[in-house]
This record gives sequence, structure tokens and C-alpha cells, in this order.
Amino acid sequence: MSGITPQEIKQEFRKSKMGIAGIAILTVLVATSIIAMVWIPIETFQEWNNPGSWILYPKAATPIWVNMFLIEKIPEHRILEKPYIQTISQEEISLTSHQFGLNFDYDSFPNDFLYVFSSEYSGSPLLKMSVIRPDGLKLELLSTSLPHSNSKTIHSERIFSTDKAIKKNLSLQSEKFQFSLDRLSSEDIVFSKIQTNEPLKGNYIFLVNLYGMNSENQIHESKLIIGGKAFGMMGTDELRRDLAIGLLWGTPLALFIGIVVSIASVVLGLLYGVYAGFKGKKTDEVMMRFNDIIYALPALPFLIILSVTISNSIFLMIGFLMIFGWVGIAKVSRSMSLQIKTRGYVDAANVMGQKDSKIIFKHILPQLLPYAFASIAISVPAAITTEAGLSFLGLGDPSFPTWGQILHDANTFGAAPRGLWWWIMPPGIMIAITGLAFVFIGNALDAIINPKLKR
Amino acid sequence: MKRYVATRMATMFGVLMITLLITISLVGSNMDTILKQGIVFQVRAEVAENPTIAESFSSVEEYESFVQAQIDQRTKILGLDEPWFSPQRIGVTMYKILLLDFGHATFLTSDEGSSNVKDILFEKLPRTVLLFTTATIIISIIGIFLGALSSSKVGSIVDRITSSFAIISSSFPVWWIGILMIFLFAFTYQIFPARATPDIPSSDPRYIGSLLYHMALPLITIVLIGFGSWAYLVRNFMVGIMQEDFINAKKTIGISQKKIIYTHALKNAAPPIATILALSLSGSLGGAIITEAVFDWPGMGRLYFEAITVMDLPVIIGATYLLTVFFLISIFIADLLYGFFDPRVRTEQ
Repeated sequence: MSGITPQEIKQEFRKSKMGIAGIAILTVLVATSIIAMVWIPIETFQEWNNPGSWILYPKAATPIWVNMFLIEKIPEHRILEKPYIQTISQEEISLTSHQFGLNFDYDSFPNDFLYVFSSEYSGSPLLKMSVIRPDGLKLELLSTSLPHSNSKTIHSERIFSTDKAIKKNLSLQSEKFQFSLDRLSSEDIVFSKIQTNEPLKGNYIFLVNLYGMNSENQIHESKLIIGGKAFGMMGTDELRRDLAIGLLWGTPLALFIGIVVSIASVVLGLLYGVYAGFKGKKTDEVMMRFNDIIYALPALPFLIILSVTISNSIFLMIGFLMIFGWVGIAKVSRSMSLQIKTRGYVDAANVMGQKDSKIIFKHILPQLLPYAFASIAISVPAAITTEAGLSFLGLGDPSFPTWGQILHDANTFGAAPRGLWWWIMPPGIMIAITGLAFVFIGNALDAIINPKLKR
Repeated sequence: MKRYVATRMATMFGVLMITLLITISLVGSNMDTILKQGIVFQVRAEVAENPTIAESFSSVEEYESFVQAQIDQRTKILGLDEPWFSPQRIGVTMYKILLLDFGHATFLTSDEGSSNVKDILFEKLPRTVLLFTTATIIISIIGIFLGALSSSKVGSIVDRITSSFAIISSSFPVWWIGILMIFLFAFTYQIFPARATPDIPSSDPRYIGSLLYHMALPLITIVLIGFGSWAYLVRNFMVGIMQEDFINAKKTIGISQKKIIYTHALKNAAPPIATILALSLSGSLGGAIITEAVFDWPGMGRLYFEAITVMDLPVIIGATYLLTVFFLISIFIADLLYGFFDPRVRTEQ
């Protein structure tokens, strides 16, 4: 306030370690947001609440990097999409073969396996599934014919490891194992050692062969999913959603909410306060009483009532947060403008007959800018935490995966009692880091504006 | 001074009325629908219970018109025939609320089973006071001492740790730390209970002990997150004051640093500290809605949340009113304290 020029602020700010740290974190967050918006197609995030689009993912899986710290490795969830394709035609019979290689190097059995395909054929081709294990043993899994069709048709199917035919086929090969296969699930047999029922490590090859008569058969979509308990950098939640996507998309949303709310409320508060202080007398009195009223409204209860009765749209919530955000700033900027008003040059401008708006914008507001920037930075975390809190209570906009929304889901599905730490920790840490960046910047600016605090 | 108090009080009352008006207008239309449905349900139930009434009609239409007449009659008695925004009804509602007559809750009841909103509110309030007001007092005591300590040695290790702890702790949401604490100390290491609601009835003599045991985890969490920013605030006030001329004068006379800090400087930092204390004490009465929801603490905050999830409007209105009243009283006290400590405030008006 004591007439610091922008250049001086810049210089001082560069010297402040805290300010630099804040800017550094903010840069990382902005970069993350840009990566999220560029890399992850916007459809993915619109599909956030559509369970159908997450069906190939595992339920409540840990992040894969957890395996680095474990002696007993948890099986990773693998989605194998690029098989080695061979097509052989011999006389009348044509064979389309898809081979999936899998390096299985874990200390417990996978949850299940699943083959998803869609095939274009005519007639009634035969689908055979088998697996060649690291020890050279070949297990027949399935041998089934696809539904008959005279003309060309497209057939899509999911073959689960719980399929009865697979179980039956395996039990027919039970003499290959030295223990009883009764009551064991298919994946526990396929991935087991011969001597004992323990996981066998090594390279597996899953073969899917499609035999057809007199026709060209094709498998268009061919995916083999080995269901594991670890997936992705951030794991998945109970609804099989990839938390990495939620967390990444949460960044631009949080920054958007925080920055829009704080800038809007600071600008509003600044203009309101300065105008009241500058005008003085009756105007000031009336405006400040109105300010008192808003100030006395209990903010969180009102935000809750508003989001329940009016709408929980994220944009309206930004508006509601603004209603309660500008009050404190208006009070401070009013008292600041009261001081500036008494200075000679404002009087001079007044005497010269300049318009009120010109005096406010040319002579008073520039003086308050450093304070405004500090307030913007300081009020961002509050906006972000309030939105997160409302979302956590289940009053947020469910169509946007904000961090609070993720925590709300975690709470509904009992993540804490079930020990699903990867569902609880990262969103909170992200909220805190984002808050921290702005608090750092705000405090650094504050220290420059009020040199008394530093000493 | 008298005029100052009077104008403040008038403003406060005005604010209270406006808050009430806003709350009523936000929930009013919903409230009408719910009340009317309640009447229809009540009338139908009463008629169904009494077969002689149903038998006395010859046709279905006659029966229906009788029921409708009953409903209309009751709607009229309750004044529901007029829209909720008619001045008469708003006047009556506000008058009743002023006298703490909030009516009966639609769904929620107190532990004793009373559906009177007043009973529910006054049952929950002491529990919130127990948890949050205790926490606020502990926070302020730790905060003031830590703040004074770090202001006496600006730049020292204590000062740096306090300041960085304050900044870091203020950016974590309390409720998230709450979830973490439950995760760590209730499930991973089973030291404290996960739900803060005591599981034995309040008539049992062991109830107090159980309540305190259940209170431990939320109390620790709130204090842990809260005291840092308090210490930081107090430190900043104190650092400002320690640079004043009169403190320098005292230093040159030779009064010990310790005495200056804890008597002279702290006394001068009293107005802002008292203001913040008054505000946070009143804020504590509302209980943090989210924190109570996380810990399942049976206080005002959780009541509020429950009321909103089931749209129990009388409870919402009652709780909002009570919270606003406490908030206004504390602003008022803070104002008075400020005027008391700092005479300039009084004459400024």
C-alpha cells in the first residue's frame, strides 16, 4: 500500500523462496491440466459415471507401483489388445489364429480371465481356446461353435473364465495335475504348478483359433483380459474407474473453480469496497450494512441449502461461492480507500472535476492491486476446499469427477474400513498441494506488501 | 457507547430477520408441498382407521368428497390455503421462530423420540459444545502461547516450524485429515472407535466415559489442524506490535524480553485475538458440518446434514436460525470487545 511499484514487487517476489515454490507447484499443476485435457479424450471424462465404459477394468485394484515395495508380487490387471495374428488356408479349411503372450511373474493367482471378441463370419465356425504354459504343458480351454448363419454376420461375445465349458474341459485334463482340481476356479488351475496348487511364473501363450469352412473368417476386436489386483498408476475404485483419469481431470476442474471464484469475488469486493469508501456518507452506510448482512449469513449451511433447493450444477455453485467470498475483501478495501481518499492527488483530481469512475480506476484501484493479487491467491484454497467439502457431502455436481466427488464415492463405498488407501489419500493430497501453491504465493505477496511481518 | 451498542443491536436484529426470510423463501415452497402431503396422508389414515365413517357413504364419489372436504378444512386451519409467500403466513412463521417455536420435525427425532424441533436442537447442541468448543479452547491456548513464543524469536527454528506447520496444515481440509485419522487409528491400528457416536444409552453411568473416549479422535484431529493457523495469526499480530515505539522504549529501559512479550505486547494484541476467539467460539457451535458427518458425531453439524439429506425443513430452519443467532451474538460480542480494547472504534461512528 505504501506505493510499491510492480517492478519492486516482481523483484522482491523473485527473492522469496516460498513464492518461487508456489509458482513452481502451480506450473506443475497447470501442466498436468494441459496434459489431462490433451491426452485424455474428453469423452473418457464424460463417461465417468457410465459403468459400461469401465467394464474391462478391475474392481478396487491397487496402483501397480505398489509391487515395487512388496516381496510377494500382486498380479497386475492386464488388458492384452494386440495379438499376434496368423491366417492359414488349407483347401477348404481356413484358420484364423490369435496369439496372446503374457509374462506372468506374480505370487498369487489372477482374479479371473476374460476373452472379448467380435468376429465376422458366415456358416458356423469353430472357436478353440487353449493355453501353452511356461512348462510346455498345453491346456485345452474351450471348443465351441459360433451360432450358425447363412450370410455374413458379426457376432460379439465375452467368454469368462467362469464359463462352465472351460471348467469341464479342465477337469477332463485333471490327470496332468498331481492334486485334485475339485472346487478350484479355472484361473487357479491354468496358472498353477503341476505338483502343488501354487502360481507358476513365466511366459504363457493364449491361443484363440477360429476354424471355418469355405469362407474367410475374421476376428475384428480381440482382447484378452487377465484380471488382477493392481492396475494403473493410481489404481481403480469400486466402480472399476481408473482413478488416474479422475485425479488428472480433477486438476483443471479444481483450478477452474478456485481461480474463477477467487478472481470474481476479489474484483467484486474491491469495486464494492472502494466505491463505498470513496463515496462515503449515506452510500457508504447503506452499502456497509448490506455487507454486514451477507457477512452474518452462515456460509456453509446456506451453500448446502442452495445446492439442495436450487441446483447442484458446478457453475451455479461457483456463483454461490462468490456470494460469500467478496464480503471480507470489500471491508478491507473500503478502509484502504478511505485512507487513499485523503491524499492530496485524489483531492486535486476531485477539484479538477474528474469523474468519480475515473478517480476510482486511475487513482485508487491501482494502489490496491498488490493487495488484490495477494487476496486472490489466498482465497483460492478456501474455494477449492469448500467445493470439495460440498461434493464430499454428496451435494456436488456428479457429472464432473472433482477430487471431492472421488472422496465422496470413497466414503460411500467404505474405502477407509476396507483399507483402500489409494482411493482416499491422492485426492486429499492433491487438494492440499493445490491449496499450498496458492497459500505460498499469497503469503509471499503478503510479506512484500506488509514488510512488518518479515523483519 | 450506548448509541454504538444500540445501533449494532438493531443491525444484528435486522440481519437475523433477513437471514430467516432468505431461509424461508429458499425452502418455503418445498415445505408447503410436504405439509400438504402430510395432511392428505393423515386424513386418509384417520378415515381408514374408522370403518364406521366409510360405511356411512353410499357411493365412492360421496366418500371422496368427504375426504377432500376434511383435507381442505385442515389446510385452511393451518393456513396452508394461502401461498407460503403471503405476508400473513411469513409473518406468522417468523413470529413463531422468534419465540423458538419451530414446530415438529418431519422425519428426524431426538434420541428420546421427541419430534419437537426444539427438543432435537437442544439435545444436539451440548454435544457440539462439548467437542468443538473444547477443541477451540485448546486450540486458542496452544495457539496464543506458540504464537507468542515464535514472535519472541523471529526467524528461529521454533518460529520457522510454527509458520510452516501453520501454512501446511491450513491447506488440508479438516474432514480429509479426519478420514485419514479414522483410517489410521480406527482401522489400521485399532486404538479409537471409528464412529464417534457412543454405543450405550445416555442413562447409563458409564455414558460419560464412553462419550469422552469416542470424542478423543475428532478432538485430536480438530486441534491438530487448527492450532497452527492460530499460532501464525498471533505471531503476526505480535511481531507487528513488537516493532512499535513503546516496546522499544521498554526494551531500552531494561525490562526483560519475556515480561514485555507476555504482559505488554500480548495485551496490545488482545483486541484482534479476542475478536477471533469470539468468532471461532461461535463458529464452533455450528460444529463443522462436514467434520461431524465424517466422525459421525451426534451434534448440530450432523443433524444439519441429516436434515438436509431427508429435506426435514423445520429442522433446517430451526438449525439455521440457531446458528445465525449464535453467530450474530458473537459478532456483537467481538465488536463490543474491540470497542472496549480500542477506544478509537467507538468514536469512529
